[in-house]
This record gives sequence, C-alpha cells and structure tokens, in this order.
Amino acid sequence: MSTQIDLESAVKQARERLDEHTYNVVQRHFHESTGCPFWLGKKAEMNFDPLTEVKCYDDLKKFPLFEDDWLRGGPVERWRMKDHAERPTYVFETGGTTGLPKSRVVVEDHWKDYEIFSDTLPDEYFPRGSNWLMLGPSGPRRLRLAVEHLAQYRAGICFCIDLDPRWVVKLIKKGWMEHLEEYKKHCIDQAVSILTAGHNVKCMFGTPKLIESLCEGLEERGTSLAEVGITGIFSGGTEFTPQWTRYCVEELFGGPPEESGIFMTPTYGNTLMGLACSKPVTAEEKYKISYYAPQPRACTEVVSFDDHHSVVGFGETGRVKLTTLTPEFFVPGFLERDEGEREMPFEKFPWDGVSGVRPFHEIASSTTVGVY
Amino acid sequence: MLEIPVIRWGKPYESLETTEVVHFNTGETIAQVGSANGGLLTRDMRKANKAREILRQFSCEDLISKVAKAADLFEQETLPLGSGTQTPDEFVVHQSASTGLPEHMCRSNMQKNCFVMRNMNEILQCLTRGLDLDILTRGYGMESRGVVVSYQAQTPVLGAVLPSNSPGVHTLWLPVIPLQMGLVLKPGSSEPWTAYRVASAFEKAGIPPEVISLYPGGHDVGAALMTSCPRSMIFGSQKTIDQYAGNPKVQVHGPGFSKIFLGDDCVDDWEQYLDIMVESVYINGGRSCINCSGIFASRHTKEIAAAIAERLGPIDALPPGDPNSGLAAFTTEGVGKAIVSMVEQDLKADGVTDCTAQYGDRLVEAERCSYIRPIVAHAASPECEIASKEFMFPFVTVVECPQDKMLKAAGSTLVGTAITSDSAWIDQLTDATTIDRLNIGPIPTNRLNWLQPHEGNLIDFLFRSRAYQMPPEKVAELTA
Repeated sequence: MSTQIDLESAVKQARERLDEHTYNVVQRHFHESTGCPFWLGKKAEMNFDPLTEVKCYDDLKKFPLFEDDWLRGGPVERWRMKDHAERPTYVFETGGTTGLPKSRVVVEDHWKDYEIFSDTLPDEYFPRGSNWLMLGPSGPRRLRLAVEHLAQYRAGICFCIDLDPRWVVKLIKKGWMEHLEEYKKHCIDQAVSILTAGHNVKCMFGTPKLIESLCEGLEERGTSLAEVGITGIFSGGTEFTPQWTRYCVEELFGGPPEESGIFMTPTYGNTLMGLACSKPVTAEEKYKISYYAPQPRACTEVVSFDDHHSVVGFGETGRVKLTTLTPEFFVPGFLERDEGEREMPFEKFPWDGVSGVRPFHEIASSTTVGVY
Repeated sequence: MLEIPVIRWGKPYESLETTEVVHFNTGETIAQVGSANGGLLTRDMRKANKAREILRQFSCEDLISKVAKAADLFEQETLPLGSGTQTPDEFVVHQSASTGLPEHMCRSNMQKNCFVMRNMNEILQCLTRGLDLDILTRGYGMESRGVVVSYQAQTPVLGAVLPSNSPGVHTLWLPVIPLQMGLVLKPGSSEPWTAYRVASAFEKAGIPPEVISLYPGGHDVGAALMTSCPRSMIFGSQKTIDQYAGNPKVQVHGPGFSKIFLGDDCVDDWEQYLDIMVESVYINGGRSCINCSGIFASRHTKEIAAAIAERLGPIDALPPGDPNSGLAAFTTEGVGKAIVSMVEQDLKADGVTDCTAQYGDRLVEAERCSYIRPIVAHAASPECEIASKEFMFPFVTVVECPQDKMLKAAGSTLVGTAITSDSAWIDQLTDATTIDRLNIGPIPTNRLNWLQPHEGNLIDFLFRSRAYQMPPEKVAELTA
C-alpha cells in the first residue's frame, strides 16, 4: 500500500515539476530577449500569448502540432536562441536521402541529454574510464557526437566508424542488396578492427542490425563480443522488438547479463527529442520493452489515432506524440512516425511510458526503417 | 485455434511475435503463426551442413520410398500441426479459407503434390537423365556408358521463399529431400499449410525432422534466406524476377505469360481447340503462371475471342465450398478493385475490344474480399499494351498477329503451346529461347508433365557437373 502511495506521490511531484518546467521553457522561447526568430515569428501569427496563457503542460495544447518540415532549409540561424548567438553551435541533420534534410541547431542539449542518460547506466557493465565504440551513423548526426560525449563524460574515449545512412537508404531503394551486404561488411570490418586492436573498449552503441552483424562477424573470426571485452551496449531503433531482444540475449550474447557478462539497454529517440530510456528488459517479462522519456526535458504521450489531444488508456494503442522542452529547443507536440501502447509510471520513471514501439500502421509500408 | 511455431531444424521455437492467419470470408482467426527474425535463420544456417550429412546416411532410394509414404500420409492422415492436429479435410478448408482458392482447387493441388511425391523415382530419373543416384550421394561415380562423372552438390540445403496465393507451386521443392539436401522454407503468410503439412508427413514417414526448418516471418526473413542459402528459390512478381535475374544462387518463379500459338495451318479449325484454350485460361482460377494469358493467331481472332468470352463471361463468383466454384477470392482489401482498374485502362486503348463487356460487371465485391470475373480481350496487334499483360484471375488477350511475327511479338513465355504441324515453324519454336516449356500440339498450357523440368532443371541448379579424373585402377574399383 505504501509503495502505491509513494508512486502516486512521485507521479504528482513529477507532474508539478513538468508544469513548472513547461512554464519556464515557454517564457524563455517566447521572450524577445531570449527566443529564436522562428518562434518569435510564429508568436505573431498565434491567437494567444504564450507568455501569459501557458502556465502548465496541458496549456501546450493551445499550440498547433509541430511540423518537422519547418526544420527543412535555411537560414538555420532562425532556430538559434537570441542569448546563444555568440556560443559555439552545432547543426545536426536527420533524413536527407532525397531532398532537404531536417536540421536542428544545438549548443549543449546533446551533452545534457546524454549526461542524464549516463546516470541510468549501471557502472558494473559500463565501467567508468573504459573506452567506447560508436557503431552507428557518422556524418551530420547528433548521435555520433552524443555518444562520443557520453564516453568522455564517463572518462572514456570513443572510437567511431564511417557509416553513411543516406547511402544505405539509397541502396535499399535501388534494390542493390548485394551492395548493401558489402557495405554492412565494410562497417563491421571497421568495428572488428577497433575491437581487436587492444583499445580497452568495453562499451558500445549499436543498432540491432549492426549488433547482430557484429556478433556474426566476430564469430566468423572465431571470437565473440564477450571475448573482445564488451560488457555494456546501448542500442536503439524501432526494429528493437521483444523477439529480436530475446534472440540477441539468448543466442548472440549467450544469456542474460549475469551469465554472459553483457548488458544491453534499448533506447528510443531521435534528433528532435534526445533519448528515452528503457525499463530493464527481462525474460520474465517476455522481453517487453517500455520506454520513458527524459522528463521534463522531453515527454512522450500515447494519443488517440483520431484525436492527438486525447491520451489513450494504459495498455491501449495509440500514436506516439513527442514534446521537447529544453532551453534550446521547443517542440510543442509532434506526432512521431511510430505507434505503441501506453505504459504505467513506475518508481524510477514516475510518468507515462510507451511500449511495443513500431512504425505507425498508416505509413509503415512507405517508411524505410532500421537502415543501419 | 492452432498455434504454429517456427521450426528450427525440426525443433519448435516459440517466437515472442506472432501473426494471425484469418479466414477471408468470416474474419475468424484460424491460426496464430510464430514469426522468426532474419538473424535466427542466418544463425541456424551455420548448421546447414548437418542436414546433408544426416540425409546422406540414407540412400536416395530409401528417401524416395519415404517420400512416397509421406504422400499417403499427406493425403489421408491426421497429422500434427503446431499445438494441434489437422485432417486432410481440415487442410483443404484451412487453405481455402486463407488463400481464397475454392476448396476443390485446393484438393486438386493436394493431389498434384501427392502425385509428385509418389512418382519421385520417375521424376528424378528424368531430371537426372537416368543417372545412378549414388553418384549424387558420393559426388562421383561411373556412368552406365563407362565414363567417370562427377556431380558436386552446390549446397547442403535448398531455401525457398514460398508464395501466399499459389498453393500449386510446392511441387518444385518436393524433390529436394530425396536428393539428400535439407529444406529451409519461409512459408507464405496466408499459406503456411502445405509447408507444415509436408514437413509433418515427412517426419511421420521416417525422414529425420532435423533436416527441415520453417521460418514464417517478415521480409527480413526472406532476405536472410536469400542471402544465407547457397541455393534458393523465390516466388514473386516481375520486379522480383528482375531483381534476381542472372543470380546463379537464385531460381526465380514469377509471372508465366504462358501462351497458345495457333499456326496458319490449323487456325481455320480453331473451334476444335476451343476447349483447350478455355481450360488453359480458366483452370485453377487463372492464378497460375501456367495459365494462358495470350492467344496468338493470324486470323479468326475476333471469333476466337468471342467464343472464349461466351464460355467464360457468364461465370460468377461462388462460395469456396461449392464444387463448381471457379474463381479465387482476392483476400486483401482493395486489390480486386485495383486490378480491375488497371485492366480497364488497357481495355480503353485503340485496337482493343472488351469481349466480356456484355456479360456484366467484372468486379464482385463481398464484405471482406473481392472476385474478378473472367475478362477476354481482343487486340488488333501485339503492340497493344494488353497483349503483354497477365493477371491473377482468368484473363486472356486474343492477339491478331502474322505467324512469322509471333515469336518476336510474344516475348517471354513460360509455357508455349503451338498448335501446328508446320515443321519449319516447329523448328523455329524449338529454337526460341524465349519459350521455357514448349508443347507442340493441342496440349493445354496447364497440363504439365512432371517428368519434364520446370523453369530450369533442379539438378542443374543444385549440382554442378565437373571434371573428375582418377587412375585406371581406381576406375576399375568403381566398375567392380
């Protein structure tokens, strides 16, 4: 009973913190002295004043849905906060296989997000001071720098590979599956070279497809992830299904962490949001994967397919709606290309989660997912 | 409701993901089928050699007799299927319910599979041109004409990405087990039935279950199968055919564009061949690659098209259990309508006549499925787009074309029936590399002789004939 009361109290506190955070962030983004040109321009078109009429998270419903097309094209400076004008600024891109990519300017959001994430990693499997392998996209991707920062934040050094996801998408669209296979091998060869070169790499980021290929590549060379010293993996992607996780843990790693010595934590995220952590994934729960956003900096809600203002009941299916509330970036409700089931808050993350994340059924067939 | 697991070298594997096989008419879930992931298959393929090792412990003759026994079991017995069992009648009902094919056609496809299993010895004799099958087991041996030959297996297993909508194609992979190679199958999402029932019958007939794997699942499973099996077959659209064209590891089976050619010496007697033409177009709901989609003649084409339309035009959709049901349902929402729209576009072209227009609407929409009634078109020349089309319902274009232009105009043809006695033209037809199976004389395109190779000889695909030399004393040992 007391646990239930504790959780209810934690949920209430988290909500209060979210409301307060929302108010502060909206003040910052819509104040003339701090706001970016884009939102200050939008403010003029709105029939309400965000500075006076947004007092809590629910008030964000007054904004129209965020359109990611707003992020395409220049000038990219329109997204720069006025008080960040003199600070070193990054631009990260997403998409861009054909046409204009979406761009997000960042000063330190990616550092903060990954520092928060770092606190969720168990030191036993992600030892501080050990080095990392970034087995993911290179180029103008937030992920590449963020993982490097994560390694550095944990006193390690990050090794990276060259991987161009835009070329991978083109190979898939052209049906050049042999080239795709060769490109994958090219990426894995780079990773194996790093892992077998005596660099004390114990932790890594990898997508499901690349983790699978890496394990196979290592086995073909007569070794394994455990043998080359990997103990902690963080991974992400919508193809991160319970079945794949089970296969990965049982057959690629050789068992759960206590047997294989390898711990893997799934994450869900993108350039707009940052990354959501997963509740520990276990065989007892049939490898169910539930994600929890880094609230209050970002929130995920599972909303009705017909009404994006209406959150579905716990366990019910809906579309994933994302809200980003950082001092640098404001996304007041964006309908992700994913759907899933709404999950209950729990002690570690006393707010809504989402499980069973998969491509939104209405656009699933036209989307190329899990390309690297 | 049946629960059907993934099978990994004979062992059931309970996947955390499943898909439902649904009755096309009632929406009832018939089975829940486990979904594999591509990695699972790739990983299992590392043990593929074991399948051939196990099967080589049996002689080909022994395996042939076991497969014949499996034919009886497949046809007559209640066999284990996932969490339950399945009788032969249930098999027919299940297959019809998930594919939309009328029950009597499912039964007929069942017979076709049994025929191949029972006549495996004769089929392999023909495919190998009378080779002593021990030579395939050993990899080399002495042929009856006193020459040392070698046939080297190119793979320990055959992989196959099976279709959902054509239960007739399974005969193509059935000879693999008697050739001492394992099977790695990805059953079609709506037609898991045949692959699982054959596997079950094989096991009960004494074939070790460890030589067969069944991986239902998504596209990643198909891709993994094609990548990791040294030899595989896939069934798909023209796009699939184009994708794998020239890939020696893959045998592709897609649209057939099968045709009937009426020679100038026979075309005036076309009425004699009307039954053959109608059967070729209509049998099996027009769904097979061996159904005729083009009839080429230099004259009387309008009369021929009208006569076929008179026979096929009135045919209507009937319930799947009706023995007279001749049309298969399209079980995916919107597909029937989309296909009819495509045909209607082609029918509007200059020089094209819709000969079934007078027999009422072609599209029949039911609550959860649709049917397309037969369409017969007439094309004044082979240049008309419709002359090169094939659809998965009884559809044919009767094309007016001079005999000397037919071969070039007809293009790729899986089964070509040439009704002619003109020996010079028969020579040209024989030499035409665009025709795969050639019938000379009034043989319906659908009547396949199983003693003939289909879309490439399976033996040539799975084995490589190569030089193998040895000293005379060793040769003497072989002949002793």
